[in-house]
Amino acid sequence: MLWPFISQMNPDASTIAAGAPIEVDLAPIAEGQDIKVFWRGKPIYISHRTKKQIDEAREVPVSSLPDPQSDEARVKEGHDQWLVVIGICTHLGCIPIAHEGTYDGFFCPCHGSQYDSSGRIRQGPAPANLTVPPYQFVSDSKIQIG
Amino acid sequence: MSGPSDYQPTNPALKWIERRLPIMGLMHSSFVAYPTPRNLNYWWTFGAILSMMLGVQILTGVILAMHYTPNADTAFRSVESIMRDVNYGWLLRNLHASGASMFFVAVYIHMFRGVYYGSYKEPREILWILGVIIYLLMMATGFMGYVLPWGQMSFWGATVITNLFSAVPYFGESIVTLLWGGYSVGNPMLNRFFSLHYLLPFLITGVVVLHVWALHVSGQNNPAGVEPKTEKDTVPFTPYATIKDAFGVSCFMLFFAWFIFYMPNYLGDADNYIPANPGVTPAHIVPEWYYLPFYAILRSIPNKLAGVTAMFAAILVLAFLPWLDTAKTKSSKYRPLAKQFFWIFVVVCVLLGYLGAQPPEGIYVIAGRILTFCYFAYFLILLPLLSRIEKPRPIPNSIADDVLAKTASKTAPMVSAVIMLAVAGALFAGSTQNARAEEQETPPSQKWSFAGPVGKFDRGSLQRGLKVYKEVCSACHALSYVAFRNLADPGGPGYSEGQASAFAAEYKIKDGPNDQGEMFDRPGRPADYFPSPFPNEQAARAANGGALPPDLSLITKARSYERGFPKFVFDFFTQFQEQGPNYVDAMLQGFEEKPPAGVTLPEGSYYNKYFPGHAIKMPKPLSDGQVTFDDGSPGTVAQYARDVTTFLTWTAEPHMEARKKMGLQVFVFLILFTGLLYFTKKKVWADAH
Repeated sequence: MLWPFISQMNPDASTIAAGAPIEVDLAPIAEGQDIKVFWRGKPIYISHRTKKQIDEAREVPVSSLPDPQSDEARVKEGHDQWLVVIGICTHLGCIPIAHEGTYDGFFCPCHGSQYDSSGRIRQGPAPANLTVPPYQFVSDSKIQIG
Repeated sequence: MSGPSDYQPTNPALKWIERRLPIMGLMHSSFVAYPTPRNLNYWWTFGAILSMMLGVQILTGVILAMHYTPNADTAFRSVESIMRDVNYGWLLRNLHASGASMFFVAVYIHMFRGVYYGSYKEPREILWILGVIIYLLMMATGFMGYVLPWGQMSFWGATVITNLFSAVPYFGESIVTLLWGGYSVGNPMLNRFFSLHYLLPFLITGVVVLHVWALHVSGQNNPAGVEPKTEKDTVPFTPYATIKDAFGVSCFMLFFAWFIFYMPNYLGDADNYIPANPGVTPAHIVPEWYYLPFYAILRSIPNKLAGVTAMFAAILVLAFLPWLDTAKTKSSKYRPLAKQFFWIFVVVCVLLGYLGAQPPEGIYVIAGRILTFCYFAYFLILLPLLSRIEKPRPIPNSIADDVLAKTASKTAPMVSAVIMLAVAGALFAGSTQNARAEEQETPPSQKWSFAGPVGKFDRGSLQRGLKVYKEVCSACHALSYVAFRNLADPGGPGYSEGQASAFAAEYKIKDGPNDQGEMFDRPGRPADYFPSPFPNEQAARAANGGALPPDLSLITKARSYERGFPKFVFDFFTQFQEQGPNYVDAMLQGFEEKPPAGVTLPEGSYYNKYFPGHAIKMPKPLSDGQVTFDDGSPGTVAQYARDVTTFLTWTAEPHMEARKKMGLQVFVFLILFTGLLYFTKKKVWADAH
């Protein structure tokens, strides 16, 4: 009997429908640039990483990270230059700024969390890496998020 | 204490009612005959002040809800229409917004008083716990209320606070989704927050009734901390406590009115005059001042779950106070050590509040950790320890003895306590002002005709400023909250209605659809708003190198800069609140041809001395001789900047003159009224001492 009163608070049908997968064309994003798209009201950063950024992300020993995860596990194989992350700080939900901070990645202006070029937490109060949303490549220059 | 009443109405109609519902007897025994200790000081009037504040908040809140729309697209605008169009809407909103802060000021004093005099001790444990519950409900209500205007700080404050629940292991994410009713903070959450914000004050009222009931069962504590024993120890509630409370309430109203009429934005954040934008996080998110100590505790702990737990524990620990402090002596007056530590604790709380408003870096983090430790140590280590080792001074035999001893020697410590609290309050309140931490040259303080308690706009300047806006700024910047009819409003540029209509007719306004289903252009009418230069945000960005020219209606309220300690304390007394105008004026004149050596600007940006970060996308907008004034004022950049800033200060608050005028009347009335109450109180109490 209690359940309807709690369940009504969850996202309603139209909200769920509006959260359906979206397709993003990657062709216009030049190397070193990134774009921000919104999916389910969340900002998603799609970065076309430079060789330098990829190397930086891969040189770090994984075990030294606060939330150990290899760069390879955070991108799709064969599409190493593309980083897709939800741009919401895992601390308290602010939006980090791309291309800032000391790790060539993201910097959260709220409480000073710093993420590297793989979106992994390196410094600051955030407990985890930036989340990688579910997505796949539908062609070489197009992804589907969701 | 309040036994069955001996109240007997003489009027037969009242008698008839009283036999069926003894409500007058209940009122009589609770608020007339009820015995109150005769040695209560003014710290005890805060109970009455809080009841009054609850009433004010509910009354103004219910009225505001009649004009507000809880929808993400229209909430911000509906609040602005309350400020601009609703009769006395500015007054009601200021009452409600400042009222929330005043409510917390009063509740903090009330709580500190309870701690100092040991009001939570046997037999008042339940009374105290009910108080903690009220405080928790107040915090929830205040937080949800702050979200409703749907400004930037509303939105991001809500994001940070709702995300606190994601720290809960396993269920965290589901709880947050449940709170949001979506995948992010948005319209569903705004709707439910509005509903709950309306509900909670009535729950608070219910718990307040329980709180007062419990109080009337156990009786009031008092500064001596000894229970009343004989009739000589007490006085009847009416007239003694009633008149004293009335005087206390009246004094508090004076303090309250200072904010309503002269400093309505002192305790707020400039960012909240920018409409919520899910794509941009403000550089520095600060909650309202009354949450700052707990926010500081949250941030000082590096682990997320631990931080959230510590923050909630910091509030909940209060509920356990009756069992943490087991000392027999109630009042700290007779506890030499507890008294000192109490004041240290007050300072710790104030400093935590200060740190809560600072950016979480360097020394602030370390200081935050030390103070967090001190906060918990006071409750968990110090109080249990003190009750074992401290040797209290002898307490008076009875309240009557205490009163007699006091009249013999008037005590001075009260004065120092008042000063300390005043300093603490000012520090606390002003710490929100300290939010922005950038090494930035602060704009010079200008002399404005609209500053100060009797400030008025310079009509000539408003008219010239309108011309500058129309001929220069309006090419890129909207002014969408201002209608042409406003130009003829009292306290505005002083045009006649005919002039405003003629001004409106010069504009082309898109209207429609007509009978053929097509949109068409027609000349503007007074009821129309200033048309925006771009049809939408994307078009505005595309035409301006990716940057969005902000709407200027509220710009002088939406921009601010750090005043720093101790300036913001003086600002409270001098009523300085012209950061916005100073900034806009300085920024318009702060362009430099070449950036200083060592500074490189991104492409398409210009160097501005006062713009945060210095790289502004707007090219130097004003140059000498660009606009010709009809009244012969000089056509210089300095003059243009000054006039357009004056104009934009008016557009940000069109009823400013009405606000200051009414403030003066209210102050004259309140001062006289308070004076009368003081002498009445003296007369009533003359025979009680």
